[in-house]
Amino acid sequence: MKNNLILYGAILVFGIAAPFIFPAFKVQLSILCILIILAITWNVQGGEMGYNTFGNILFYGLGMYLCASVQVGMFFPLGEWTEGGGEKTFVHTPAQFFQGFAVGLAVAAVVPAIIAGLIGYSILGLRGHYFAICTLGLGVAAGEISGGIEIIGAGQGFTTPPFPNVDRLEARGEFFYFCSFIVLVFTFLAVKAIYSTRFKLVLNAIRDNEDKAEAMGIQTMKYKIIGWMISAFFCGLAGGIMGGLVGYIDSTDVAFDGREMGVFMVLMAILGGKGTLWGPVIGATLFHIFKEGFWTFFLGWQYVALGVLIVVIVIYFPEGIMGWLREKYPERFGEVVDEADRKAQVTLK
Amino acid sequence: MLTLQAVLDGLLLGILFALIAYGMALQWGVMNIINIAQGDLVILGGYIAYFMYLYGIHPAWGVIVSPIIMYFVGVVIYKLVINKVVDRDLFISILATFGISILFMQLMNFAFGADVVLANSGYGTTMLFDNSVTLPNSKIFSAFISIVFAIGLVIYMKKSKLGRAIRATAQNARAAKILGVDTEKVYAATFGINAALCGVAGALISITFTIHPYMGLPYTIRSFMIVIVAGLGNLPGVAMSGMGLGVFEEFADYILGTEFRIGSVFLLLVLILVYRRFKLSRKREYLK
Repeated sequence: MKNNLILYGAILVFGIAAPFIFPAFKVQLSILCILIILAITWNVQGGEMGYNTFGNILFYGLGMYLCASVQVGMFFPLGEWTEGGGEKTFVHTPAQFFQGFAVGLAVAAVVPAIIAGLIGYSILGLRGHYFAICTLGLGVAAGEISGGIEIIGAGQGFTTPPFPNVDRLEARGEFFYFCSFIVLVFTFLAVKAIYSTRFKLVLNAIRDNEDKAEAMGIQTMKYKIIGWMISAFFCGLAGGIMGGLVGYIDSTDVAFDGREMGVFMVLMAILGGKGTLWGPVIGATLFHIFKEGFWTFFLGWQYVALGVLIVVIVIYFPEGIMGWLREKYPERFGEVVDEADRKAQVTLK
Repeated sequence: MLTLQAVLDGLLLGILFALIAYGMALQWGVMNIINIAQGDLVILGGYIAYFMYLYGIHPAWGVIVSPIIMYFVGVVIYKLVINKVVDRDLFISILATFGISILFMQLMNFAFGADVVLANSGYGTTMLFDNSVTLPNSKIFSAFISIVFAIGLVIYMKKSKLGRAIRATAQNARAAKILGVDTEKVYAATFGINAALCGVAGALISITFTIHPYMGLPYTIRSFMIVIVAGLGNLPGVAMSGMGLGVFEEFADYILGTEFRIGSVFLLLVLILVYRRFKLSRKREYLK
């Protein structure tokens, strides 16, 4: 317990100091935070609940559009802004920018959660691969449809309000970094708190055998929906921040980017080890380092590398890093191992 | 007359979808995998025909050449990736083929460029009903070829030795193995046949419509949708629901506008799944 506190403290201090230690990597660090949030929230479904979703990208993209729309719409006509060059005609004052961003983030978190609650009953009734394909369809449909809606920029994209001119040049990067870092800490603590309650046991029961869980009197649907709403809440927040950070929203390439973010979150959680608290964090960190380190070498070939990476991880490493560690050091994970028993075990072929 | 035009266009398009869905149903039924890269195999087949067109060969020959090349592409994919996911969880196969799909998309983008291309067959058009309905002959040609291939494959599956082995493996892989069927070979052949079907469909699509490296996923989703509506192993059902989907798409195109065409396909998938889920949940069952 004491060790854990020291570890958390060290990570927190590192997180706060990071943008000052590595000033050149502020944007990368913010993206890392977003990726970890997405991996953690995916793990709630994919890892703990056994519902492999491709649809969390829906909430991420929704949050992105909602945050930017609210931020603009609070002060200026949204239609004229997106029609072209709105960011030049209308300028947010710093107060307006931060006010709008705060309200936008709140909307970006709450509305996706509500939508998850509304569609949850229909979608979460599907199981296994039907659920996976259905949510994949949902994400792509959202991208295609939002690409046809005029008021949020349709095909030409949506430029989010530029960061207001304050005296310090560094301010933009630091602002977005701390936003994403605070949301990350908040997400981690929330998920950790959830995982220490009965809720996690119910989710695991659903994963292991849903019919039996139902037969034991658990209202599985209620728990599934609540779990999805929690994921949607944090995915929306992450999307809102990412929209401000990138500065430009495109329906299929940035917001509902199933080909990148949608797969990344699955991959990161699997790489780290699904069904563990720390797995997604480790997976996302490694993945991001790999991605940024090698993307520059693979220039243009990054999707090829990504495709190969997916295949390799999924086929040869489906248990992830945490799963591998668990196999190797079961004592560390609280499993009682009898030494004589272990020696007596014979692997069946 | 717009309605008649849409219905005819949709039916001819739907036959093509049904051909792709047939391949999907085949591998799903036999190997229990869902192949997200299905659409990308289709597009790759289309590029083979397009390349023949670029080098001065009539693209209709692609219908013969493309499946032969695609058969070997399919077998190679099977040997490299699919044989490791056959016995595993379906989600593993979805994710692994998703990786293949991304890989193919990008490789095709490098090899052929990101332009929308079309292999011009020069077949001209047929006017019907006082010139109010326009039907490109290439569409009629493609529908005809699809039907020929589908019927040919059905007969092959019924009569040939390999076809019988495939059907036996689909029914019970273990029993088939005991009775001397080399299931590994059967799986490879199944995936190859599926890829070859995609090759035919792709060659036809490159003649009738357009192809683009990133257009694969909608074809996957369409074939998945057709298979879940029709059910595995229900060939007339696959043909009917394929044509139904084609008509739906043409109408969505006319009514909602082209920008919502793909979106409506994906939305329809969600609606169909949700409809079936509610229908089954009355009996306290779920989609399996």
